[in-house]
Amino acid sequence: MVLFRKNFVSRFFSLIPVLILFFLAFSETEFNFERLSFLSFNLIYIVIFYWVLKNPDILGYGFIFLAGIINDVIIGLPIGVSSITYLVLAGFAAYVRYLTVEPSLIYDWIVFVPSIAVTNSVYFYILRIFFDIEVNYIALALNSGVTIFLYPIIGILFNFLFKIIIVQKNV
Amino acid sequence: MVTSRDDFSIAIRSAFLKKGVKQKFSLLALIIASIILLSLEAVNSKSLNFVRSTIKDVVYRISFVASIPGDSITSAFTNIQNYFEVYEQYEIVKSKLQQLENQQNQVNYLKIENDKLKKIIDNSDIYNYESVTTKVLVDKKSPFLKSVILNKGFDSGFKKGMPVLDGPYFVGRLTEVNYLSSRALLINDLNSKIPVLIEPMGYQAIMSGTGDKLALLEFLPKNYQLEAGSVVYTSGTGGIFFPGIPIGRVELIEKKFHIKFFSDLSQLYLVNVITSKPIGNEQ
Repeated sequence: MVLFRKNFVSRFFSLIPVLILFFLAFSETEFNFERLSFLSFNLIYIVIFYWVLKNPDILGYGFIFLAGIINDVIIGLPIGVSSITYLVLAGFAAYVRYLTVEPSLIYDWIVFVPSIAVTNSVYFYILRIFFDIEVNYIALALNSGVTIFLYPIIGILFNFLFKIIIVQKNV
Repeated sequence: MVTSRDDFSIAIRSAFLKKGVKQKFSLLALIIASIILLSLEAVNSKSLNFVRSTIKDVVYRISFVASIPGDSITSAFTNIQNYFEVYEQYEIVKSKLQQLENQQNQVNYLKIENDKLKKIIDNSDIYNYESVTTKVLVDKKSPFLKSVILNKGFDSGFKKGMPVLDGPYFVGRLTEVNYLSSRALLINDLNSKIPVLIEPMGYQAIMSGTGDKLALLEFLPKNYQLEAGSVVYTSGTGGIFFPGIPIGRVELIEKKFHIKFFSDLSQLYLVNVITSKPIGNEQ
């Protein structure tokens, strides 16, 4: 019974990043402030980049793919656009993970900048060139800027969660 | 950090081809799957459309349930804000009501006169349309795309292109129809282009969404003399929409003519979808 409880608690904490990802994909909580649109940011990007960088086994690629499809359906984009952009970002994170010997939040933050730039370029070009959908690139650039700015703050919060997951696993 | 070329290719291969302990798919496999899905978007077959429609119906319903906590918090904040503004609004409404009562008398007179004139020219009533009221299921407030998901679909007779009204005001058109849900592209979306009529001058133009709260007036006639405050209606050109549905007022901002909508597109809750076709486009 004790073992079951320990397993359950450990499992629950490990599932939190996945739950956050799907909650964001489903619930339109993309943190887009209608009145202060320049403050909107994409939390899904931060979740994906952080957790793939930390441990891809916590946030599986399959879940990222599925969250992308859900996001496309909700926003009304051609199905597959968000999946590709999320997976490209996950690819960046996985690549940096393999190269990094000593992880640090500041280093991750620096790498996050080109990753977001490439990811949003992929997103923009797919919509604009292949589907002829107009995208407000100024809003997209502002959104990227705020997302980059907020990465270390949210990263610190995720660090706490990551430590809890590690502690629960080792109990 | 390792920098040699071999290590670079090893890292790339590991990132895209290697599966983690608990991973079932590699990144590359999923990227290829996404590209295949994107390619299928261009294919328009009955069975694929049915699958897409079912997936969308299911996702919209789950999204609606998942949005409830967030929406409750937002509406609680809005309610508190509204309470603070009640008295101020009451005074404005009171004075407007008086003006409206005066106008109502004039309108009644004009309506009677209009009916008489219609009988004389033997014209059918162009505003006699059927509409279905539907609830906004999900309002994705994306800064890039402006659309809402409605909780009725082709089981209620909805078809692509049907106009969507908020009260008497035109707010968008259906761009995607599933069995139980549909998506309306709002008039402020960047991809929205609507033929409009500007009164009292009678100019025809195209209203283009800007992704913001205002729309832009394009393709105005040569040597136009437009005044701020003129009312913009749907023109009905092309037989897609009914003519004469009010949209908004003309405003001059930075030497460009914009349209300020009558309806607040961020507060849509119940909307009407016109299900009947305009006269001259019954097929």
